[in-house]
Amino acid sequence: MSLTIVIQIYVFVLAGVVGYQVISRVPPLLHTPLMSAANAITGISLVGSLVAAGADHGRLSNILGFIAVICATVNVVGGFLITDRMLKMFRRDTRKRS
Amino acid sequence: MNGELPARELVIQAIYLVSSVFFILGLRGLSGPEKARGGMALASAGMLLAVVGTLLHADIVRYDWIIAGLLIGSFIGVVIGRPLFITVPMTAMPQWVALSHAAGAVAATLVGMNEFIHLGAAASPGTMAALGFEVLLGTLTVTGSVMAFGKLQEILPGRPVTWPLQNVGNLILAGVALALLVVAAVNPSLSWAFWTMAILGGLLGILMVLPIGGADMPVVISLLNAYAGLSASAMGFALDNNLLIIVGALDGTSGLLLSILMCKAMNRSFANVLFGAFGAPGAASAKAVGAGEMKEITPEDAAVRLAYAGLVIVVPGYGLAVAQAQHTLRELTDQLERRGVEVKYAIHPVAGRMPGHMNVLLAEANVPYDRLYDMEEVNGDFERADVALVIGANDVVNPAARSDPSSPIYGMPILDVDKSRMVIVMKRGRGAGFAGIENALFNDPRTAMLFGDAKSSLARLVTELKTV
Repeated sequence: MSLTIVIQIYVFVLAGVVGYQVISRVPPLLHTPLMSAANAITGISLVGSLVAAGADHGRLSNILGFIAVICATVNVVGGFLITDRMLKMFRRDTRKRS
Repeated sequence: MNGELPARELVIQAIYLVSSVFFILGLRGLSGPEKARGGMALASAGMLLAVVGTLLHADIVRYDWIIAGLLIGSFIGVVIGRPLFITVPMTAMPQWVALSHAAGAVAATLVGMNEFIHLGAAASPGTMAALGFEVLLGTLTVTGSVMAFGKLQEILPGRPVTWPLQNVGNLILAGVALALLVVAAVNPSLSWAFWTMAILGGLLGILMVLPIGGADMPVVISLLNAYAGLSASAMGFALDNNLLIIVGALDGTSGLLLSILMCKAMNRSFANVLFGAFGAPGAASAKAVGAGEMKEITPEDAAVRLAYAGLVIVVPGYGLAVAQAQHTLRELTDQLERRGVEVKYAIHPVAGRMPGHMNVLLAEANVPYDRLYDMEEVNGDFERADVALVIGANDVVNPAARSDPSSPIYGMPILDVDKSRMVIVMKRGRGAGFAGIENALFNDPRTAMLFGDAKSSLARLVTELKTV
């Protein structure tokens, strides 16, 4: 096992722990926006897709990458827009209670 | 990792690091509704940085495909995400999320396959294992998400589809797929092993989701989110990209945590949701409750009871969302408040079709979020409530969950509506609920039933209230 893989596993596990700490503080009120946000963030596969679409690995690689870029971008853009649309609706009570 | 990194690579890594921090802080913003939008803006900035950093990558030599892909993808994303063109109703949020998962997983799968084609037999076992996981989880997520979408959108039958030996069969299939992954990792020149594994992953996604009923689908969607995240992490391992590893891991934990929370709220184990095919044959244990008759109430009487109450607790369920009655409900509670009645909304964690779904539906109807109370917060208040108004909810208010060990929902945390002075249940008809379980609450002498479509019943109540 190379040092790189060991470091990668460190990063993976630590990110998982941070994720657990952060996500477990999200109140049930916001669980649906959280799901939608997590979904938008899954579009991070865009990073790999971009390289495939732009690399000099042959036409097939470009086309597969191109399709991947479209799908991942739909995921990202649609995901963030819908999450924002949802969060915009959450309002505090402005009227005074008697 | 050995030697000095070229300057370009250093810049990329610095951008990725900032991007990772933005993602984490962005999710942190979701810990309260005030900071949530800002948090999401930060997370989208993180995504933008990730794209910018990647475009500096030394392997990228041409930008035509990239620009075309980004433009087409953004266009479709805006069409879906902005109500300007097509409005995705908030009730359809679960299936939309499922479909979006499928898109993200297609990207991960294609990248993995492409990398395999490119590297071929030259791939190291470590890289091959990572690619294998990426593609296996990817194809599974794609077909599973499409199936979940089909079921929730009612293109496919929502009821669980079962066949003999399905769990054993699925486990064997999963075992074979994993074995093929090992074969491909040990000997990358055996490309048939890799491709067969990819196909089996897709098949597994279909077969895993088919037996799961519509009510359990949110758990599955949440789990598929975790798979999609892990697939992205695996991509990170294959491509030596820490950003992918970090963000994938964040997604993985979020999906897993939400699935576990939902299972807890339904008092079911993970295994039971995934392998139980709930809702098909199991409902046999629902015995007749027969303690007293259901008592009906007219909208006139119900309006009077509400108008002269001190505290009314509204318990909205999925029936409310189906009838799209949340706006009419808002009108009703506005009127009550103008009369000086205190109104609280009690939200069960699994009200709706995904965790926290009911909160979004009520927020859409302009109900301020500080009126929405979680189960633990509000359960103590039912004792002093004059009326509990249950709208289209059934199992989450079934006292059998507390008292009847033979009930399939025994042990599930419920809203204690039966402790309030009077309960008005608004319901379409006399039938049992989604899970087919009888509810003794409906026969309780303190309960009055108001039958009919939630929206028209609520509208009647609004009109009647004006004359009280």
